[in-house]
Amino acid sequence: MAAPIERGVDTNTPEINMSLKKTLSAVSPLTLRIVAECPVTKARACDLVLPHCTVNTPVFMPVGTQGTLKGITVDQLESLGCQICLGNTYHLGMRPGPELIEKANGLHGFMKWKNNLLTDSGGFQMVSLVELSEVTEEGVKFKSPYDGKEILLSPEKSISIQNSLGSDIMMQLDDVVSSTVTGPRVEEAMHRSIRWLDRCIAANKNPDKQNLFAIIQGGLNAELRKICLEEMTQRDVPGFAIGGLSGGEEKDDFWRMVTLSTDHLPREKPRYLMGVGYAVDLVVCVALGCDMFDCVFPTRTARFGSALVPWGSLQVKQKQYAKDFQPIDPDCQCPTCKRHSRAYLHALFKTDTAAMHHVTVHNIAYQLTLMRSVRQSIVEGRFPEFIRTFMKRMFPSSEQYPGWAVDALASVNITLD
Amino acid sequence: MKLELSRVVQGGCRLGVLKGLGRSGQHSLEVPGCLLYTRCGTVPHLTQDTLHTLTNLPSVTQLTLSTIAEHQEVLEDFKDGFRKFAGLHDTVLYCSLHDPVTPCPAGHITNKTVSVWGSGGRIELTVAKFMALQRTVRPDWYQSMADGETWQSNTSRKRVRKSVDRTLAHLDECLLVHHKTQELQGVAVFGVVEGGDILEERVRSAKETAKRPVAGFCLDGLQTGSMDQALRIQLIAAVTKELPEGKPRLLQGVGRPDEVLACVEAGVDLFESFFPFQVTERGCALCFNFDITPDPERAVLEADEERDTAGETHENGELNLDDQMTSFEINLKDKRYQDDFRPLVEGCGCYCCRNHQRAYLHHLLVTNELLAGVLLMLHNTAHYLAFFGALREALAQDTLDLLKKKVLKEKCGQTKSKE
Repeated sequence: MAAPIERGVDTNTPEINMSLKKTLSAVSPLTLRIVAECPVTKARACDLVLPHCTVNTPVFMPVGTQGTLKGITVDQLESLGCQICLGNTYHLGMRPGPELIEKANGLHGFMKWKNNLLTDSGGFQMVSLVELSEVTEEGVKFKSPYDGKEILLSPEKSISIQNSLGSDIMMQLDDVVSSTVTGPRVEEAMHRSIRWLDRCIAANKNPDKQNLFAIIQGGLNAELRKICLEEMTQRDVPGFAIGGLSGGEEKDDFWRMVTLSTDHLPREKPRYLMGVGYAVDLVVCVALGCDMFDCVFPTRTARFGSALVPWGSLQVKQKQYAKDFQPIDPDCQCPTCKRHSRAYLHALFKTDTAAMHHVTVHNIAYQLTLMRSVRQSIVEGRFPEFIRTFMKRMFPSSEQYPGWAVDALASVNITLD
Repeated sequence: MKLELSRVVQGGCRLGVLKGLGRSGQHSLEVPGCLLYTRCGTVPHLTQDTLHTLTNLPSVTQLTLSTIAEHQEVLEDFKDGFRKFAGLHDTVLYCSLHDPVTPCPAGHITNKTVSVWGSGGRIELTVAKFMALQRTVRPDWYQSMADGETWQSNTSRKRVRKSVDRTLAHLDECLLVHHKTQELQGVAVFGVVEGGDILEERVRSAKETAKRPVAGFCLDGLQTGSMDQALRIQLIAAVTKELPEGKPRLLQGVGRPDEVLACVEAGVDLFESFFPFQVTERGCALCFNFDITPDPERAVLEADEERDTAGETHENGELNLDDQMTSFEINLKDKRYQDDFRPLVEGCGCYCCRNHQRAYLHHLLVTNELLAGVLLMLHNTAHYLAFFGALREALAQDTLDLLKKKVLKEKCGQTKSKE
């Protein structure tokens, strides 16, 4: 575990001062305290101390792509207990641009968010906007969708933008290939991601304030993943992400890559599984040893009227809810469920955007509450029992448990009845 | 419902308190004032959490039948009225017929029916259906059914007369059903004054409506766009002369600050607060100044600000790109706000101005983010409510002329460049 840093030091002699400075700059602005480890699975509950506040893990991080979480004010997000959320470097780099955000005292100042922020590298948009890009050793070339200008996103440029954004956790630029691609391109991307990690580390202007996470690549190839893990864990980075997954690959491949990664990642550093946010995936991947998650799904699906509940989801816009006067989830304590019925939300969806905001609030509350319950059960040493109850509630019968989840849980000694 | 007037200024302006609102009569509303505009019971874009970051919200919420009529069957099943259905707790509900923001297509009114347009299309209402709706909605106060289709420029005298006659007939029928309906006991009914742009018809409508046992009056068919301001004021003044002093007058479809001021002078007590919503929908922020407290320090600041804005306006050329935009607002999509780190309005206490800057709002608007509507709606509502507060204060202090001067001249410092 990283040693907590003593900051309040009396420094009279210049030599001591010098040596202290050196130590301080070598230590990242992140501390991970392991609060509890599940005796059965690889799950753990940690306190992740970041510059803006402590994050209790396992944690789900809602995505605020363009410096706002779709229709929700920062006060609402904070009152839901959110300690860290995401911003997207690609989007924010385009609009309003790093110079402006820097003038606004970083993304925190621009959007007035008091807790932590994590920014991605902009690289993921390579997969989604692939016709706009060309990848070379130098970086990724984009054509701006706004003015058609060609832009080079190099590791240095990505870090420079993220330095301007001032996020608490920055992600290295990685060479992303779709998880369904196989062959030499995957290996090339893995090796390039390692080289780009070194360039990112060198480019970080604020190592004392901003944490840079490495991203493990290697597609669905266990050997490549291992090489990547071996190489990257030799670098002095404060945390690791598991990348290149959650892009449409088979779930059987997905969980094996996750568990392989956590097996080789250092215990004392946080592990972030990128792009994962379905409730079942979250619970299983916590059992496999992941600490942090993000996904646009809960907030995106909310805007289409899909509310997340312990038994799956509920499509508020469907006719069957027009006269259903219960809250979305009678046991949910969120502001939406405490005040509004399914029937009212159903009616409001025909009239006003506030209907989306209600469901967005509920879905974020659902994700954060789920993760708090997971953590609580780990701390109290009853995580295996929690998983069984969770699965029973989520699926009508055990025959409907997804095979991959059953296998993944069995790999960490959990048998479902 | 009881109107207690504390002052009547310059013959027309009335300052007072509307008391005894709500079923138990514990609510009150200061006049001149406005109601809280909603669609389907929700202030556009706002959840209850965000709405209640605003202080001094009007105690009366306006519902529009056009946004709730399609849910009649649901409400009938629900049984407990719209207030509970929408999760509204501590507010008085006033139910109007139309949504002042959404114009109604003409040509669907008959002797016995009027139509409203919901999300699923047209819903035709007879008095029986209209009253059945009131029974399920269970407002504290509603306007009687009315034929207000006189706003087209070529409306004939015959058509106007018909609208007055029909509206009176609807009122009599509504009152008849109202008194027989157990669920509506203690609920206030407003009669609707029609008459288009014809003075004699306006007077006749007012006189006749005033003879009925109504709690107050809606002035319909005078909305912005239907006639010019001078005519509107002339008609309102003639109508209010015919109405009993002790009952409130609610003007429908007028919300611009300059028009509000003139209509208050002509004797109007209540307005609908849809104007902040319209401003929000075009990505604008209300910024007109209504502060008339003499404060030399602030005056200097304002002068600076005015010079500032005026200069930028000049460089930018024609300002009113959207002809709907009024001079009481600034268009935050404009590039000049891109790196403007000031709040929308200096000193404004709303959630948006306490926390956010013009540059952020500009960003939210150009990226089509939903939060733009939320933050603008909060600010615009707060600004509009504060304007009504300043108006009442000016009436109490006898400084209405000062306020008028400020509001009409100021206009966000943009008039200079237009002239």
